[in-house]
Amino acid sequence: MQVHRKRMRVSATLLTIALAATACGGGSDDGDGGDTEGKAGGTFSLYIGEPENPLIPSNTSETEGGQVVDALFTGLVEYDSETTELAMTGVAESVESEDSQNWTIKLNEGWTFHDGTPVTSDSFIKAWNFASNSTNAQGGSYFFANIQGYDELQAAEGAAAPAATELSGLKKVSDTEFTVALKDPFRQYPITLGYTAFSPLPESFFAGKPAQDAFGKKPIGNGPFKADGDFQAGKGFTVSRYEEYAGTKAKADAVEFRVYTEVNTAYTDVQAGNLDFSDVPPDAISTYQDEFGDRAIDRETSTFQYLGFPTYDPRFKDKKVRQAFSMAIDRKAISEAIFNGTRAPAYSAISPVVDGHREDACKFCEYKPDEAKKLLEESGFDTSKPVDLWFNAGAGHDEWVQAVGNNLRDNLGITYKLQGGLMFAEYLPKGDAKGFTGPFRLGWQMDYPSPQNYLEPLYSTKALPPNGSNSAFYSNPAFDDLVAEGNKAENNEDAVKKYQEAEDVLLEDMPIMPMFFSRGSYVHSDKISNVKVDAFSNIVLEDVTVNQ
Amino acid sequence: MARYIARRLLLAIPVLLGASFLIFAMVFALPGDPIRALGGDRPLPVSVQNELREQYNLDDPLPVQYAKYVGALAQGDFGQDFSGRPVSEIISERFPVTLKLATVAILFEIVFGLLAGILAGIRRKSFFDSLVLVSTTLIVSIPVFVLGFLGQYVFGLRLGLFPIAGLNDGLRSYLLPGFVLAALSLAYVARLTRTSLVENLRNDYVRTAKAKGLTPASVVGKHTLRNSLIPVVTYLGADFGLLLSGAIVTEGIFNIPGLGRAVFDAVRSQEGAVVVGIVTLFVFIYIFFNLLVDVLYAALDPRIRYE
Repeated sequence: MQVHRKRMRVSATLLTIALAATACGGGSDDGDGGDTEGKAGGTFSLYIGEPENPLIPSNTSETEGGQVVDALFTGLVEYDSETTELAMTGVAESVESEDSQNWTIKLNEGWTFHDGTPVTSDSFIKAWNFASNSTNAQGGSYFFANIQGYDELQAAEGAAAPAATELSGLKKVSDTEFTVALKDPFRQYPITLGYTAFSPLPESFFAGKPAQDAFGKKPIGNGPFKADGDFQAGKGFTVSRYEEYAGTKAKADAVEFRVYTEVNTAYTDVQAGNLDFSDVPPDAISTYQDEFGDRAIDRETSTFQYLGFPTYDPRFKDKKVRQAFSMAIDRKAISEAIFNGTRAPAYSAISPVVDGHREDACKFCEYKPDEAKKLLEESGFDTSKPVDLWFNAGAGHDEWVQAVGNNLRDNLGITYKLQGGLMFAEYLPKGDAKGFTGPFRLGWQMDYPSPQNYLEPLYSTKALPPNGSNSAFYSNPAFDDLVAEGNKAENNEDAVKKYQEAEDVLLEDMPIMPMFFSRGSYVHSDKISNVKVDAFSNIVLEDVTVNQ
Repeated sequence: MARYIARRLLLAIPVLLGASFLIFAMVFALPGDPIRALGGDRPLPVSVQNELREQYNLDDPLPVQYAKYVGALAQGDFGQDFSGRPVSEIISERFPVTLKLATVAILFEIVFGLLAGILAGIRRKSFFDSLVLVSTTLIVSIPVFVLGFLGQYVFGLRLGLFPIAGLNDGLRSYLLPGFVLAALSLAYVARLTRTSLVENLRNDYVRTAKAKGLTPASVVGKHTLRNSLIPVVTYLGADFGLLLSGAIVTEGIFNIPGLGRAVFDAVRSQEGAVVVGIVTLFVFIYIFFNLLVDVLYAALDPRIRYE
């Protein structure tokens, strides 16, 4: 019998999200383990790409460093690896609010950092203040932007220091309790707290720059694994099980993170038995399942690919044009022909990995070439001028964007021109500066499993560049209001309903065309079992058992 | 001789300064906004972007940026990449790796390249000569990444003779990537040696030496080879400089954390300090090996003198 951590589903009807942390399997997890697979111990290795930043949780916003930080830190809450639902298996005993705006966070006792110091409310408050302060230039800073007092921690342009160094919205009540005052109500706030940026930091982190530099290489966290030594750029490092861990202890003794510059090489190393876990490179997508059998993993991820419209361009002002374009694209055929099933066609804007996803939320995403043609004629779109299709260079988007172009040509009678010469560093500012002259490709990976994360940061008026990712420059008060109502909702069920209504408005206006939801493909060696990958594309390290 | 070397080294200083400025200007001229790209799909808050631009002097005009860079350099500060890692640390970590790989590669070139070239040269039109011709033609026409994957598949995965990737097996880890890296130049060295040797063997002094009754080994080894090696040494010197400036493709395939990959990534993310630091090092290496080659000429050919 394998011991799973017990997880509580978020009851959608609860007025307050008051969830007692459920006692996990107990101290010794292998107590009832009669089979060999469940036995603790052993070491295994896995592939990661080079982390972009020092391993400080609030500065790690990409997947590679995220996987490492995830092993070393445990936040207030966690997510079920299967369903991605909120799980109160983290440091927080409860996260409660009467009005969705003022939150009280109570901590469990017994959590410690790897240096033996206790995890207290100060560990969170100080970490969040540090992350918010613009002089620390933390990549995860925006996650704290909804807390009162955040703006005072942002240095004005040219000013050396911000007006304040502490978020006025954070108040310590006791060592195990603190309060968070948000700028606006946000019912699903607890769901956001599992993101790495919210991790606690030990006192030693705040001893100055040298301490932080050392920390960035060998973080002192509170997670299931602790770092054995410094992270070696280009090589990686080994982490070992933290025996005083207050959650469900890891099964394996140690995990080696091995940095590869090419995923192809990592995959070959798994084939040869030199590595235990890797992503599957594009070249091997069509063969990996046959080759690895039950050691191949295929799972939906949070990644959402879309084509945005430059709504500021007169040609794309009319929503009929945008709807017609969307209906002229055969998403299913493209995903099958080009992606070998690694991308599912998207007929909604909210990902299947989060609560509130509807299979066919988007009525204009269905492939209806005749209707599309009629609608485009109604709109009076000038089909004599070619349409530019934008995507960033060197990232493998050429093929599918061209397939989209062919759909548009065949079904709507318009010619297209591929604009795929810009690298990301040039592509993104171009979008921010309203430089796109036709549909453009962008993607989105969720930060936390709430439908809000697929709506507000992407299409709200608040998120217009340079403040956010609303590159379509879409702004509709009806959409903004519905999102705000969802944020304010009294319970999760109502919140989700309002978010879905907002999604309806969005997909009617069609400032973006949903294209694909990506799937992740992974393989592992026969040395390890119980390998699970979550929707963030992270392997659930603490559950992996090493066969002995 | 010593004065000549000193003069050449002094001349290197303006070359290095000029080169570093040119590289700096080129990174500066790259289109796009590196700080915007750091955030990816979700831009960093404007205040954080401002802070980063401030830290890396990205808002200053080019001459000011360069002056600040050289100013810091004079105090021994090579600058940092965008994640705050000192460039000096990147170089000191990665240069030894690149040096080992380049050394292994150049040894392959010297041993196998010269040997094949000499044997083919003295047994002109033999089976071995044709074999060298065919095999070198083949190697030259295969792209290095094909060779890399092929080597990895055959010797690493199928035969298990060498590790597939990484540096966990000490010197053994360097053999396969070193050979792949050397393959192309090895072919050139073999061809160059053969041609040069064949040409020199036709000379009068060779006939004289033979007539004096010297052994064939002595004729080739003492007399002909020394003359024939001048173009080969020139090539090898330049090639070692090139090998030391990293091998992006080979390092990538065999997952070797060397300088080539570092500079490639730095160019992509427009990290000026990293690019300038590493590429200036490459320029220095190149100057150094050119000098070394010139000095070696004198050793090979007594007629060449430096004042």
